[in-house]
Amino acid sequence: MKREAPQSVADYGPLFFPAGMLLVFFVVPFGTMIAVSFFQRQQGGFYTPAFVFSNYERFLSVFFGGVLGFSLMLAITVAICCVVLALPFTYLLSKLPRRLQVIWLVALLSVLSLSEVIIGFAWSTLFSRTAGITNILVQLGLMKQAVALSPSFGAVLTGMVYQALPYTVLVLYPALVRLDPTLMEAARTLGSSPLRAFFNVLVPALRNTIMATLIMVFIFALGSYLLPQILGRPQHWTLSVLITDQAIYQSNMPFAAAMAVFLVLVTLGLVALTLLIGRKGEKA
Amino acid sequence: MTTWLRRLYFFAIGLFLALPLMVVAGVSVNAKQTLAFPPQGFSLAWYGEIFLNPEWRSALFASVLLATTSAALAVLIALPLSWFLWRRIAPWANIFQVLGIAPFTLPPVITALGLLTFWATTGFYGQPWTAVIGHAIFFVTLPLVTLSLGFSAIDRSFVEAAATMGANDRTIFRTVILPLILPYLVSGYAFAFVLSLNEYIVAYMTVGFTLETLPIKIFNALRYGYTPTMASVTILFVATAAVIFSLVAKFGDLPKLLGAMATDDK
Repeated sequence: MKREAPQSVADYGPLFFPAGMLLVFFVVPFGTMIAVSFFQRQQGGFYTPAFVFSNYERFLSVFFGGVLGFSLMLAITVAICCVVLALPFTYLLSKLPRRLQVIWLVALLSVLSLSEVIIGFAWSTLFSRTAGITNILVQLGLMKQAVALSPSFGAVLTGMVYQALPYTVLVLYPALVRLDPTLMEAARTLGSSPLRAFFNVLVPALRNTIMATLIMVFIFALGSYLLPQILGRPQHWTLSVLITDQAIYQSNMPFAAAMAVFLVLVTLGLVALTLLIGRKGEKA
Repeated sequence: MTTWLRRLYFFAIGLFLALPLMVVAGVSVNAKQTLAFPPQGFSLAWYGEIFLNPEWRSALFASVLLATTSAALAVLIALPLSWFLWRRIAPWANIFQVLGIAPFTLPPVITALGLLTFWATTGFYGQPWTAVIGHAIFFVTLPLVTLSLGFSAIDRSFVEAAATMGANDRTIFRTVILPLILPYLVSGYAFAFVLSLNEYIVAYMTVGFTLETLPIKIFNALRYGYTPTMASVTILFVATAAVIFSLVAKFGDLPKLLGAMATDDK
């Protein structure tokens, strides 16, 4: 059967249901959210249609500047940690026998699918004073007394790296599987040590993949909304947490929507910027 | 890298991934209602609690029902769309592929808030079925990606042969395409099912006050009173995910499935 352009309306038949669902339940809600971001808030959790910029003006405060700066900084840190940890790991994984690869992939998928609630609960237990890792250190005689390690910035960072690491590996995996094996062999034959070959041959060859992965993990980390709440203090809250907080607990939907629109714009803007830099780098 | 260094690295990453789960597994077998580790005594009572305690049981049922139906709806959206894109030359229709992948790529809170404002505006806010649609839209990416991959693997000459023999589109779909696409359909369903089971923010924002799914229940328990049942549910979730993904790996080609997933994701 040749691929052909649709001839009649009936040929479009299969498209009706999926297109309708996506338009009604994704595009329209997205539009609704943008509309609500310009609405006027009323006391008691309601809002009335209007066209005001006051919801956006609230960003222009030191507080929101701080939250935004912290969210971006946290997401970038998580992305860098994940890529640094995952790149050698994924490379080694792609060299394993197939059976072992499958076992690792199943394990990675299982951790990746875990709810943020569960990851938060697991790490808060691990970092707690009563059931935490410090109890093991005390038993080993390395510490005198068990201490609580959360809430703290380190706890938030660890939890988010844990959440994003399997994702990073799975994003890097296809590129590394398809990597030309002769590249490394050539480097080795010419007398380079494996570590040198990794940094001088593999990493430059994968420069674009690494950049793309950093962006994807960055966006992934930007979406984390529960871990900063469970493992951090209020000053570790990110924009995602604040959006949830405004929408649900403060019942200020217009402001939450404005922040969400802003988050989308920041995300898309950063992606565009990085793509632009990448393209310039290629030309040079 | 020398062999032992490589093994050490694998061990370290494995330990990092497993450590929190090991502690939670330890907590889940405490004999008394305490979150102590190492566990004091041994008891499997907290696993029984998931099914015996009415609150946890109804949360479990709600989650399983939500995951089964929303994953089915996601597949129902993805199958005709990916079939159409494979069968027809219609470049503009690719916009729907992008729309299907967008909710999964953007920060989840965006999709959640969009649906919240939408249901609030239309007056259906809080209806349990709105969560089914929400999850189906949020996770449609997964069957869409696996099915696109499955279609691209089909040899078009099979379909041509069937058409030459006089089969119409409907017959071809049922007798040729469906059997070939089935493994990809099942794995797409499985991915959507497991992720829906674990999803928190979309469910919480759309039906959080009327329907308590397991992740919502765990989060509420985190805030209002710890119990080892949280730990046993966590282990149940990890085990479920591991079993489902092992089955996908056994009956499908997991490396190939993942090799194409991430490239399509970009």
